[in-house]
Amino acid sequence: MRLLLSLLFALLLNACATPQLRGTGDLGLIIERATGQVTLVNTSARQPYARIGGLGDLSHASVVYARDGRYAFIFGRDGGLTKIDLLEAKIVKRVIQSGNAIGGSISQDGRLVVAQNYTPGGIKAFDAETLELLSEVPAEYAPGKFSKVVGLADVPGNKFAYALFDGGEIWVTDFSTPTKPTTQRYPAGKQPYDGLVTPDGRYFLAGLFGEDGVAMLDLWQPEKGARKILENYGRGEQKLPVFKMPHLRGWSVAQGKAYLPAIGRHEVLVVDVATWKEVGRIPVRGQPVFVMARPDGRQVWVNFAFPDNGKVDVVDTLAGKVVQEMAPGQGILHMEFAPRGEHVWLSARDDHRVVIHDTATFARIGEIAADNPSGIFFTSRAARIGF
Amino acid sequence: MASTAAIAETPSAGRQAELVRLVRQDCGSCHGMTLNGGLGPALLPANLRDKPAEGLAATIYYGRPGTPMPPWQQFMSEAEAAWIVDKLMSEFPK
Repeated sequence: MRLLLSLLFALLLNACATPQLRGTGDLGLIIERATGQVTLVNTSARQPYARIGGLGDLSHASVVYARDGRYAFIFGRDGGLTKIDLLEAKIVKRVIQSGNAIGGSISQDGRLVVAQNYTPGGIKAFDAETLELLSEVPAEYAPGKFSKVVGLADVPGNKFAYALFDGGEIWVTDFSTPTKPTTQRYPAGKQPYDGLVTPDGRYFLAGLFGEDGVAMLDLWQPEKGARKILENYGRGEQKLPVFKMPHLRGWSVAQGKAYLPAIGRHEVLVVDVATWKEVGRIPVRGQPVFVMARPDGRQVWVNFAFPDNGKVDVVDTLAGKVVQEMAPGQGILHMEFAPRGEHVWLSARDDHRVVIHDTATFARIGEIAADNPSGIFFTSRAARIGF
Repeated sequence: MASTAAIAETPSAGRQAELVRLVRQDCGSCHGMTLNGGLGPALLPANLRDKPAEGLAATIYYGRPGTPMPPWQQFMSEAEAAWIVDKLMSEFPK
């Protein structure tokens, strides 16, 4: 009896000592750009649960997740790379890896975190466990000339594809041996400003600023080189001024079509992914910045550059046109869908809050206070190529 | 002469706050919120020291063809562009 009691007691004690178990699938974080902090959120409860500061300059910060969804890697503008534990809500490790960074990516096997840098131009690979520097690839496109790197995307085979803004090339670097990367170069076009990889990991697209068109590299047949698609989509007309560069990272490939922001035109370009020919264009209310498909592909949500950054247009991909014009807040910088798309979270920078809308009714269903919020990143990105 | 007159015109305190936010937040998309540079060059006093103020104000107002720098004339006057340059070259308000 005594033995039984002490056993029971031990069990009870044990139960008390064991922290409450929690999964990571419905967690995420919101970047608060001006104050160098992030708010950790739960997408089921639609509530914040912690806030972490001390992350440096988070303007234009981006985030990738370890494949377990527990650790977030945050790339700051000031070159800071911070690894955060979402379960314990704390910084695990933080390094300053460059002078001026623009984002990063994580390898297919989850072991490498790669940062893309403006200054000095190039990419750097870090051990995802320790953030120890393993190797770097300077973007030296001509002797002594270094380019800003944009559009870095993880692609199958522990490779990374990216574009050189100043060099006008697409590079693919293979990190099969992390300390000895090998790089292939492909001429792309004038001033690539961002890139994306299609959801299957096959095509890398680099949007061009210096000319009308998009450079496309088939990663299954890279020896064929990059070719131009959507050439001369501006039809030689005068471009409208672009007060903020579009982002391709929130790519939209839905129902066999890619939806891309036009440059200097208030339009979303629609391309057939089988032929890479333009099949339509959809007028919208400003210079598109993010053109993002709801996970099921039925809707594409579009936000805009200054001065139209209080507007959001929703395209129905079946109808092929805007079906909802919204004004969800001031300074809408980013959007993120719940993992299966029933809700969308939008950061309203100038209202200092993140607003949550139902994507079927478009009604507001919640909001979260945040200081100058910009990027919103959910752990559902962990398992997706190119995120 | 016009630009000297323009510099003499200081925007109101409320307008100054708007311009500061515009520069930090919206110019910051390319030049960085701390103006330390990004896709666009850094705009700190050390970076601008050797450049003529009038040319910088013209770049803001008219943009720079062949680069991503757009013209901002629909959002500010030439005098306000000159005020921004003046502040950038000394110390830009937070």
